[in-house]
Amino acid sequence: MASLTSSYRLCEVRAREGEAQSNSGVFVVIILGVALLSGSLLVGTWIGTLLGDVLGVDANVGGVGIAMLLLILSTNLLARTGRLKPETSSGISFWSGMYIPIVVAMAATQNVVGAVTAGPVALVAGVAAVIISFALVPVLSRVKTPGVDEPVEEFAEVK
Amino acid sequence: MDALIATVKDNDLVVAFALVGLVMGVAILISKFLTRGKFQASAIAIILGLVLAYVGGVATGGEDGLADISLFSGIGLMGGGMLINLAIVATGFGASFDEMKKSGLGGIIALVLGVVLSFVIGAVIAWFFGYRDPIDLTTIGAGTATYIVGPVTGAALGAGSGVIALSVGAGLVKSVLTMVVTPFVAKYIGLNNPRSAIVFGGLLGTTSGVTAGLAATDKRLVPYGAMTSTFYTGLGLLMAPSVLFFAVKALVG
Repeated sequence: MASLTSSYRLCEVRAREGEAQSNSGVFVVIILGVALLSGSLLVGTWIGTLLGDVLGVDANVGGVGIAMLLLILSTNLLARTGRLKPETSSGISFWSGMYIPIVVAMAATQNVVGAVTAGPVALVAGVAAVIISFALVPVLSRVKTPGVDEPVEEFAEVK
Repeated sequence: MDALIATVKDNDLVVAFALVGLVMGVAILISKFLTRGKFQASAIAIILGLVLAYVGGVATGGEDGLADISLFSGIGLMGGGMLINLAIVATGFGASFDEMKKSGLGGIIALVLGVVLSFVIGAVIAWFFGYRDPIDLTTIGAGTATYIVGPVTGAALGAGSGVIALSVGAGLVKSVLTMVVTPFVAKYIGLNNPRSAIVFGGLLGTTSGVTAGLAATDKRLVPYGAMTSTFYTGLGLLMAPSVLFFAVKALVG
């Protein structure tokens, strides 16, 4: 019981320190970022499902892409009006930083045995599709959207 | 020992975080000491993940890799659709909307061409392997687009279960291969800017393969590739059982 009270006090002290640092209650606004992210995903997925219904396809069409646009537009809007607090951003950046570990977990749940033992038709078809698609990337990368002449931003170096 | 197993089973998601952390740690060491930093740790970690999935699949005979082993079921939650989508959307934070607009046309062309191209490659290869029935050819072609389009199209057209399994196999090969190969060929196909990532996502289309492959190459590219690839499966589901099936039927039927 004594240790419980003391750890509770420790939390209180840390909370006060946090408040003193940012002056806006760090522990409250992180969830705003997470909520904005979650809200974007929910609305995007919903729109994607509706789009699928309209097209007569039993799937979510582009929900994640739409959600991403919603997040980009809403955070841009907040940043422009100066209401995007660093703590709010950190709620989003955390999940962005968890992306690669989550992808590793996803890789660990793939049906790799199914891919390896799929048989020659599947193997040849899959390999050929990948090779030809890769080869077309540099070709289509040259397509410019009409009216836009600026070059695309290039990332310094791909490791 | 029982207490340990109970602890692991009761905290499956926490176990998954710890396990993936361990895999990432091993990948960082391999990257640093075995490849002298030449190969990115994230690429190695994804390959290790696929190896674990293979081990899990062989051990249990299931389809969900390591997640089929009950001690590691949390991996299924961590790597499942919900958290994957949340994290992909989060990578969009900081991405440039202007870059996406600039590459819009190339992305749309890549998307349509990507679906048709993969479909045609799959169907032509099935033809060379002796398949002649338009339903079989369409199903295998659809599976070569993604492993979701294949079985849905096959079911809609009434294909046999053997052909449907084959179509899933073709999509799985594409997805796994894209994850593994992308970081190694990225520099040869100019995959170092938003525009080529958008085109890449549209051409390859397999969201898992595209986003994991880009993550292993340069994480900043992920949102751009995800943007187009999330439309691919929907477009495939729209085109394969309709326009593309009729085209196949007109050609061979």
